[in-house]
Amino acid sequence: METKNTEIRLMKGNEALAEAAIRAGLDAYFGYPITPQSEVLEYLTEQIPKRRGVVLQAESEVASINMIYGAAGAGARVMTSSSSPGMSLMQEGISYIAAAELPCLLVNVVRGGPGLGTIQPSQGDYFQATKGGGHGDYRLIVLAPSSVQEMCDFVFDGFKLAEKYRNPTMILSDGALGQMMEKVEFPEEGSLPHQVPAWATTGKKGRERNFITSLHMEPEQMEEINLHLQRKYKTIEENEVRYETFEVEDAEIVLVAFGLPARICQKTVELAREKGIKAGLVRPITLFPFPKKILSDLSKKIDHFLVVELNAGQMVEDVMLAANGNCPVHFKGRMGGMIMQPEDVLEEIEKIVEQPIPLVAGQE
Amino acid sequence: MLEDTVLELDGMQCVYQKPSTLTDDYMHYCPGCGHAVAHKILMEVVEEMGIQEDIIGVAPVGCSVFAYNYMNIDMQEAAHGRASAVATGIRRVLPEKYVFSYQGDGDLAAIGTAETIHTINRGENILIVFINNGIYGMTGGQMAPTSLFGQKTSTSPYGRDIEHNGYPLKITELIAHLPGAYYVTRQAVHTPNTVRKFKKSLKNAFEYQKLKKGTCFIEVVSNCPSGWKMTPKETLTYIEEKMLPEYPLGDLKVPTQNKN
Repeated sequence: METKNTEIRLMKGNEALAEAAIRAGLDAYFGYPITPQSEVLEYLTEQIPKRRGVVLQAESEVASINMIYGAAGAGARVMTSSSSPGMSLMQEGISYIAAAELPCLLVNVVRGGPGLGTIQPSQGDYFQATKGGGHGDYRLIVLAPSSVQEMCDFVFDGFKLAEKYRNPTMILSDGALGQMMEKVEFPEEGSLPHQVPAWATTGKKGRERNFITSLHMEPEQMEEINLHLQRKYKTIEENEVRYETFEVEDAEIVLVAFGLPARICQKTVELAREKGIKAGLVRPITLFPFPKKILSDLSKKIDHFLVVELNAGQMVEDVMLAANGNCPVHFKGRMGGMIMQPEDVLEEIEKIVEQPIPLVAGQE
Repeated sequence: MLEDTVLELDGMQCVYQKPSTLTDDYMHYCPGCGHAVAHKILMEVVEEMGIQEDIIGVAPVGCSVFAYNYMNIDMQEAAHGRASAVATGIRRVLPEKYVFSYQGDGDLAAIGTAETIHTINRGENILIVFINNGIYGMTGGQMAPTSLFGQKTSTSPYGRDIEHNGYPLKITELIAHLPGAYYVTRQAVHTPNTVRKFKKSLKNAFEYQKLKKGTCFIEVVSNCPSGWKMTPKETLTYIEEKMLPEYPLGDLKVPTQNKN
């Protein structure tokens, strides 16, 4: 396989992500096979020995994430990937990584759950990704791609954000984005330089010792660490919100969708507009930090939000918080690996706009 | 603190001091605990070999969770049972450095059994120091995988029952069979002679690590005066009479036995 600089290729999402990671200067990858993300590990075990870095198939996701902890603590640029059940196994380690403020990139190619579930796409891990996932008060920075191109681009963005804030960053993808093939343009290899940070445990040559821990037995100290983390998350919320809008300027009903459903909803907006319904779309790109402000601003001038997700209704709670009662927030979801069609969402829109809007909240 | 003490000894010769590879922090270990001795000997070897700037240690969850407070080297504190996975991550990205994990029996032989076996089976070029005192010390004296038959602990108050709890896990014998293990030995720190042998085994292990031929594993049969509910002196007799028959000292695998 050719590995030249900037170039356009037709690739699976998982492979594009893996190729992007090498080009982004990945030092080490530790992972474990699980459908529908195994191509990441397969691609890297094939490519890395011929190029640069470390790749290791671990005995479990539990081992993978703790190898990530060790290598990130030693100052390397590191990544792991998995799918939902495997990501659940990693949660303890992710909590330690967040607490010890180690930069790393985590990729969840989500499949339908709960339990062993299905290998088909889902967004059922939104809560896990955006609300912490493991124990304690912590946040991941979460990027939600909606194309194979973004499976590539967000690897670069993910490493940048992780290193800027010393915070684990997650790409929350899904089984369809991982498996489908699209055109993807790759940035040049080596375009994201990386220096070993001063805090890394590399041997105490010429300096005082470094140590990495998440243990703080004094409650005053543990509270201070927590306050520090919360201040960091607030800074991230102030500076790193990303979203896209489509046809929202004159919209009366605004769809909110991330990842794959955002593409379905873009088509729905076009279909609705053809029928004279003023529909628009907001696509959150960062799920944490969540684009609260744009949704709050829109909620004051539109009639409805319709949140569309591949789950039982998870992001819809964040949209409700942002709307804060200013307008009704509706939900359309599919689960278990099922995907809605643009026409299904249009049908939902038609049902909503045909209903009379209550003059006073709660009044029939 | 130590330096102050030395300065006060005006006109006298300092014949012994702790290694510079130990910090001045007071250790939190109970009086008579083997951890303090094991820490000191380990750090003496690091100092004598002059590798303190090229070594990274991994502390476990257990009584030695604060090892990074005492060892004056770069260290990481791992999640419970995962020290050898963390050490793998470090060693893979820093292949020229010395890397060790320091783990207790609950950490290494219960919750971390999978990581222990697979790290050694991959022949990771690290040293694993395994402190076996047959009990969970930090959480208050519960039964460990290595607790002896009939041993009374806070979770085996009538004594460890083989039918109910299974057998004391001889994980060192188990891993000695793995081709990835290069040097496997069982030592102790309860007598001057065992301390000397432990120190020699540590030197061997760090020398072997340079060869990149596989994992070095040193079990240290140790004590737990608080958990065993004994005086430190009584624990020494218990080690001799109860622990060592189950966990006999000596080399289980030395490099001449290796085919690689």
